[in-house]
Amino acid sequence: MIRVVLPQHLRTLAHVSSEVMLEVTDPVTQRTVLDALEARYPMLLGTIRDHVTQERRPFLRFFACEEDLSHEPPDAPLPEAVSSGKEPFLVIGAIAGGR
Amino acid sequence: MSQVRVLVGTRKGAFILTSDGKREKWEVNGPLFTGWEIYHLKGSPVDPNRIYASQTSGWFGQLIQRSNDGGKTWETPGGDIKPGPDAFQKPASNKFVYDASDSTGKPMTTHQFYDGKPHPWEFKRVWHLEPSLTDPDTVYAGVEDAAIFKSTDGAKTWHELAGLRGHGTGPQWQPGAGGMCLHTIILDPSDPKRVYVAISAAGAFRTDDGGVTWKPINKGLYSQYIPNPTAEVGHCVHHVAMNPKRPGVLFMQKHWDVMRSDDAGEQWREISGNLPTDFGFVIDVHAHEPETIYVVPIKSDGEHFVPDAKLRVYRSKTGGNEWEPLTKGLPQSNCYVNVLRDAMAVDQLDSCGVYFGTTGGQVYASNDAGDSWNAIVHDLPAVLSVEVQTLQ
Repeated sequence: MIRVVLPQHLRTLAHVSSEVMLEVTDPVTQRTVLDALEARYPMLLGTIRDHVTQERRPFLRFFACEEDLSHEPPDAPLPEAVSSGKEPFLVIGAIAGGR
Repeated sequence: MSQVRVLVGTRKGAFILTSDGKREKWEVNGPLFTGWEIYHLKGSPVDPNRIYASQTSGWFGQLIQRSNDGGKTWETPGGDIKPGPDAFQKPASNKFVYDASDSTGKPMTTHQFYDGKPHPWEFKRVWHLEPSLTDPDTVYAGVEDAAIFKSTDGAKTWHELAGLRGHGTGPQWQPGAGGMCLHTIILDPSDPKRVYVAISAAGAFRTDDGGVTWKPINKGLYSQYIPNPTAEVGHCVHHVAMNPKRPGVLFMQKHWDVMRSDDAGEQWREISGNLPTDFGFVIDVHAHEPETIYVVPIKSDGEHFVPDAKLRVYRSKTGGNEWEPLTKGLPQSNCYVNVLRDAMAVDQLDSCGVYFGTTGGQVYASNDAGDSWNAIVHDLPAVLSVEVQTLQ
């Protein structure tokens, strides 16, 4: 099982309280993880990736294993620790105060 | 006993304010969708328990929320959690994609950016939701960058009425300070194929064939801030209002000038009269007196707060030109709030109620057509929109 951690607003939207556990068929990549996440929680469609371009929304980042994976190709394999479920895949909202 | 439900969209969530027909004591529920910008909420005229809400965020984009029980519970249409073997089927959800096909309307073009250069259309958010007058599952959405979308399945899926963007003047449209937004949608109860929209900063437009073809309706508007002040498009229309009992008579608050049209927008004339300033955002019409209209003058261009630090609603009982300030119960010193374009509404009770919200977080109500006012709430986040449902 793949573990995904969402920012608070998306947890509320998806009615989940902590980590999301997903079954993802190989290869485990950003794209396959997000495909599975959106299929399981359709209310998240468009909130992490643009509906049309499928690009990551600009104020979100993807972290795992203490690395920033935001700019990795979406079809690149995620670290083995993520695909084995040892480490979570983190969707992080930009820290932006002011409004 | 009648009830009134006031739907308030703010910078940080939505609130629902309810009262009986006396409109003296209020119950405040919220915040809903905490932390999200709620640009607009509106209930279906056919099924008041069906309410649509535009939920948006710079981080997470646009969502549409829908309630089937008067705002007690909400769902994202088409967003049901899908466990089990169907989990990997890609569902359609609240997705706004401009129609770029050759067959319906025109291929995607560009509009003008602030500097006058061509700029591609980019979807940002839904400013206004207008439920159908006859079908609770049909709803229109006015979006930024300006376009109109329609859903006929309760907001699960949306398609653009591309004839608006494609009718020819689109490349001349440009954003106002708040973005290039389609903020006003008015459905004509006497003609189901007639719809009015307004865009900042393009102007007003009308369709007479259910949204297939559109035309600009801006004759009579004069805007000194564009190269040709009487151009067909380019006017920064802030809001348009119509009393549904008298379709075809429209009232407009433009960037500067308050205007009216008595022929469905074919020709406009100025009715600013004795207003202290003819700049403002909101405008609305009394529910039972179609010549009684309301505006809140705002000081511009730089300030965007009320003149003389006094919050005054101005009412005309003569269809414009002659205006009286309404001040009873409103702050008359040290007030520096704005009232945004979708933040005024009227109820349908015999003594017409008038409601508006401010950027200071107050929602004011009058149960006597504006003669006196009370703050229902004082300290909400900045109010973006106010709508009212009159419930029997």
